[in-house]
Amino acid sequence: MSDVPVSETDSPHLLEVRDLATRFSTADGYVQAVDGVSFHIDEGETLGLVGESGCGKSVTSLSVMRLIPNPPGEITAGSVIFEGTDLQQISEREMRRVRGGSIGMIFQEPMTSLNPVLTIGRQITEALELHLDLKRTAARNRAVEILARVGLPDSARRFDDYPHQLSGGQRQRAMIAIAISCNPRLLIADEATTALDVTIQAQILELLQELCDELKMALLIITHNLGVVARYAQRVAVMYAGKIIESGMADQIYASPRHPYTKGLLSSVPRLDAPAGRRLTSIEGEIPDLANLPEGCAFAPRCRWAVDRCRIESPPLTSENGDHTAACWEQDQVALDATSGLRSS
Amino acid sequence: MISESRSSEEDNVAGDLAEGSTLSVRDLKVHFPINTGFLIRRQTGAVKAVDGVSFDIAPGETLGLVGESGSGKTTTGRAILQLQRPTAGSVEFRGVELTGVSAKNMRPFRSEMQIIFQDPYVSLNPRMSAGRIVEEPLTVHGLSGDKNQRRNRVAELLDRVGMNPAMMGRYPHEFSGGQRQRIGIARALAGEPSFIVCDEPVSALDVSIQAQILNLLSDLQVEFNISYLFIAHDLSVVRHISDRVAVMYLGKIMELASSAELYENPMHPYTRALMSAVPIPDPVLERQRERIVLTGDMPSPINPPTGCVFRTRCPIATQECAEVLPELSDRGDRHQVACIKV
Repeated sequence: MSDVPVSETDSPHLLEVRDLATRFSTADGYVQAVDGVSFHIDEGETLGLVGESGCGKSVTSLSVMRLIPNPPGEITAGSVIFEGTDLQQISEREMRRVRGGSIGMIFQEPMTSLNPVLTIGRQITEALELHLDLKRTAARNRAVEILARVGLPDSARRFDDYPHQLSGGQRQRAMIAIAISCNPRLLIADEATTALDVTIQAQILELLQELCDELKMALLIITHNLGVVARYAQRVAVMYAGKIIESGMADQIYASPRHPYTKGLLSSVPRLDAPAGRRLTSIEGEIPDLANLPEGCAFAPRCRWAVDRCRIESPPLTSENGDHTAACWEQDQVALDATSGLRSS
Repeated sequence: MISESRSSEEDNVAGDLAEGSTLSVRDLKVHFPINTGFLIRRQTGAVKAVDGVSFDIAPGETLGLVGESGSGKTTTGRAILQLQRPTAGSVEFRGVELTGVSAKNMRPFRSEMQIIFQDPYVSLNPRMSAGRIVEEPLTVHGLSGDKNQRRNRVAELLDRVGMNPAMMGRYPHEFSGGQRQRIGIARALAGEPSFIVCDEPVSALDVSIQAQILNLLSDLQVEFNISYLFIAHDLSVVRHISDRVAVMYLGKIMELASSAELYENPMHPYTRALMSAVPIPDPVLERQRERIVLTGDMPSPINPPTGCVFRTRCPIATQECAEVLPELSDRGDRHQVACIKV
């Protein structure tokens, strides 16, 4: 995907992931959860990584952060270049400075990612003391300030609260406070609002967008929700069975998808603005088992455009239209087909 | 007690009782008592999970019930089926009052009124094969004759929901989420129901599988003329499948209108906020949409706000809203709204 000839760790982007591969050892043999994934994020930009369960989107973000439990997991190939450093090459000690330092992370379930026996305030000051070498009082003042910034009501008192004393939305705000406390350049939000009610989800996402603008942070949104990506991301990468199968500017992808899977996903979502009673065009079949992937293109068994070649040879991610890339042998036909084109089941 | 409150309201309710409704719910309340004290237990309060809900569902119609967690939508569904006994109000199914009916007398209705749950993995017995799960209602309700006939009927039902009848001998863990939901639907169909409560039936499923199940539910409705109460938190899904939609907040219905009307002309400030919070998968359209972001969380149902329950988060609330309890009133074209400001 990088079009500029660059040396090993030279990248024009804030984050550049090249040919990342992660596998897990299971009772059924190796499962290639991430299979040659490449993407990049520029300063201050928002990228949406979308896909259904098991497509490898979370494993991708955990691999970037080197948080894959080993064993059973193992990053087998690829490089992750962040601000000119290959995160795969540095020591665990140096990596710890990156996590929560220049890259912040927020996860789906704040109740499990927050430490239940530490107060919210302590969890922020811990990060501040570790990454910014702040003294205790300075750290406390800064933490209260950050808690107020993320919209936690009565932040000075909330400082001494434990996670269980907060509501779901407030916990997610506390998570964001921890993640942004050390002024990260990149924030990774992995299904960060999935467990929240829709009005709370809107609050949190608006907050994230504001913070990104204000602090010039780049944002990687990992989600299954195509609507969230449409609203907040400038660029989109769609994953299926461990691979990115389409990527490009959000406007291009939503208006003229080139991959049958993207096209199928978009036509199977009920849209709020669609006339009621319209029939959904669903994608036939089930998401494939990663331990037992078909030969060739992983989507071929569910695809109505599939030709013989698709069942033999896996299509590479190719660009027909500048930034817009798709991994499909028949993408020109797919793009031309005005109908959503998937058999309705 | 329940029948008394019913008869006293009979006169004013009878007027808007739609002729030949499959289901009529009037002023339904479910309050869970809060007891304190160790030796002497006293009721010190109540969680007002459902607090005065009324609606009708016509034969073959889908009424969507949308709301956030804690709005009382699931409890409403359970109270209709008498799985949770209502505290007050009336539930009339094909002209028969169900509240106060004994468990034994409820049995004939159990096959006709079915439920499909959110998580098919939890709601299917892991130690029963798919075939037995679907067969059980046939046995319990004495439908479909002898063993062979039942077996054929099970095969037919599985086939109808898009499952290979040859998989009858497999157990729930051997199926994917979508397939498990199909088994749950086949089980509900076995009783030949005229009414099904669908409680978040697609919320746990991936987008591509969700569409398959929604299409299946629509097809079955047309084929067997089933009425649905479709409960979900996702407004896009609810609007897609429902003829009419009721928006719930803190145990009360805020707005009830046809699907088209609700999208084109949402009147209640909560509906408008909910609508704007749901992103549409279209970046160009998203840039033009109005965004109403509500502040704060939903208040506790133990101690709901006085007057309008939404007023604490409402962008247009005034002092009057704390004093006046807004009634769900008809604004023409069967569009009902509970707000004194619109």
